[in-house]
Amino acid sequence: MKNTFFNLNEYEKMLKEQGLSACASAESTVSRITELEKKVHAFGHFEPEEIKKRAELLDGTDKNGCLWGLPVAIKDNICIKDGLTTCASRILKGFRPPYNATVIEKLNSEGALLLGGANMDEFAFGSSCETSYYGPTRNPWDLERIPGGSSGGSVSAVSSGEVVAALGSDTGGSIRQPASLCGVVGMKPSYGRVSRYGLLAFASSLDQIGPITRNIADCARLLEVISGYDEKDSTSVNEKVPVFSDFLDQDIKGLKIGIPKEYFLEGIDPIVKEKVWDAVNMLKTAGAEIVEISLPHTKYAVSTYYIIGPAEASSNLARYDGVHYGFRSDKFNDLIDMYMQTRTDGFGEEAKRRILLGTYSLSSGYYDAYYLKAQKVRTLISQDFHEAFEKCDCIVTPTSPTTAFKIGERMDDPLHMYLSDVFTIPANLAGLPAVSIPCGQDDDKLPIGLQLMAPMFREDLLIKTASCFENISEFSKLTPGLV
Amino acid sequence: MNKEVKKTTISKEDVLYVSRLSRLKIDDSKIDQFQAQMSNILGYIDQLNELNTESILPTSHVLSSMKNVFREDKLKESLSPDEALQNAPERENNFFKVTRIIQDS
Repeated sequence: MKNTFFNLNEYEKMLKEQGLSACASAESTVSRITELEKKVHAFGHFEPEEIKKRAELLDGTDKNGCLWGLPVAIKDNICIKDGLTTCASRILKGFRPPYNATVIEKLNSEGALLLGGANMDEFAFGSSCETSYYGPTRNPWDLERIPGGSSGGSVSAVSSGEVVAALGSDTGGSIRQPASLCGVVGMKPSYGRVSRYGLLAFASSLDQIGPITRNIADCARLLEVISGYDEKDSTSVNEKVPVFSDFLDQDIKGLKIGIPKEYFLEGIDPIVKEKVWDAVNMLKTAGAEIVEISLPHTKYAVSTYYIIGPAEASSNLARYDGVHYGFRSDKFNDLIDMYMQTRTDGFGEEAKRRILLGTYSLSSGYYDAYYLKAQKVRTLISQDFHEAFEKCDCIVTPTSPTTAFKIGERMDDPLHMYLSDVFTIPANLAGLPAVSIPCGQDDDKLPIGLQLMAPMFREDLLIKTASCFENISEFSKLTPGLV
Repeated sequence: MNKEVKKTTISKEDVLYVSRLSRLKIDDSKIDQFQAQMSNILGYIDQLNELNTESILPTSHVLSSMKNVFREDKLKESLSPDEALQNAPERENNFFKVTRIIQDS
């Protein structure tokens, strides 16, 4: 079976028509990945034997699951029982979790064929997938360029056709920004929609697991599987999970789409702006009503995020001390020195930078000026959205202000890198569901993404709007010229 | 309104202080770089001071209706000691082992 960029439906159909076993699916997936990895490096670590073992187990089950035999890549920060899970960090070297994340249990119960180790920025700290301990992942559309991050491996694996779908995590845009840069669909569900149990924590008030797929129908199918209340995650919400695929192929006549003027100002590539406006006009032609709205505190979102994110991360990463799991340095004098040496040798530079920033903003004398201030501005950003949703049903913006940049281009300038997420961060701060879908290409054929945002727990509106856009455009069918 | 606002900078001593709090050693050759980058980031973050937030309540998470989450205190199956210890860099019996912390007198 050669790489033909299957979506879930097509792959499922092929398995059924050819009567293929999970083992056959695993074998062809492994050989496809082995070939494509030389180009894209979407996996930090890759264990073909583990994958074959999982396939053998699947072949012993009935084939009723809605994801039976379908290869799904899992970001390296989601626990798969006994599978390597390292957050692309040396400090978790060799870590094999003794339990499954809830989303993994759910995928298993539907028969998905799981492939762990999708590459990422170390601990999801980054927008380019360059801070991984395993080295950078490449953008399938241009191998000299970054795929975006932090879920760059998951996205590159889907975009290049290595797998049919993937899970990523999104704290400030880590699913949507790479999805935009690699021309696939990536959704961050509402905060509380998907259990975070077994997701290695970065910023607990912002993190959310979500699907990465070739089209919105696949996104709906995967979202439905992973959603739902989980008593093991005290921030998961007991909210009814709709049949998301019911919202595909519907009419959007009368749907009010808000366009926030603050998302079209400085720093945005003219071609990105142009393609997003083209998309808006297509939605208008399809019957949507376009409303201009204002989200006045947008320009404060990056600052707010770079206080709250690192502050929560510095607390969450305090647990990595060489005692319970992962890497332990072998050169130290006493216990405190063991902690210090382990953390110093185990964390990469960006992780250290975020730990230092977070520790600084939480330290005595600075808490009110930074952390508390940021929490208050977070309230203002949420209020902007509440007011906007009185005027519209969902909001359309660019996902990223630029297309994919060159590997190495922003590595020495963290602030410039942080500004890559200027349009995706607000949804995390406000907890809202948001999706990025392909809406065009620039002059170098690099993909451009359209972001849709909706009120809390209204993923149905995202799916309805995205599906309509897919039906009137051809962008989700574009594939990189890799093979 | 155009009064020059002093940008936050952080000193080398600040970097060393928070690195100690964070249990990280910063290489001498890297201190200047971290100091410059952190000052640059914190300088950017200063823009939040343009906003008057005196009467605004802070948001620690977005699920405003959610208060404490309780469950019944029921005995359930959990990880076995072997599973819990399977990733330990060093173990002895059913314990995580670290270097000696109490010296002989």
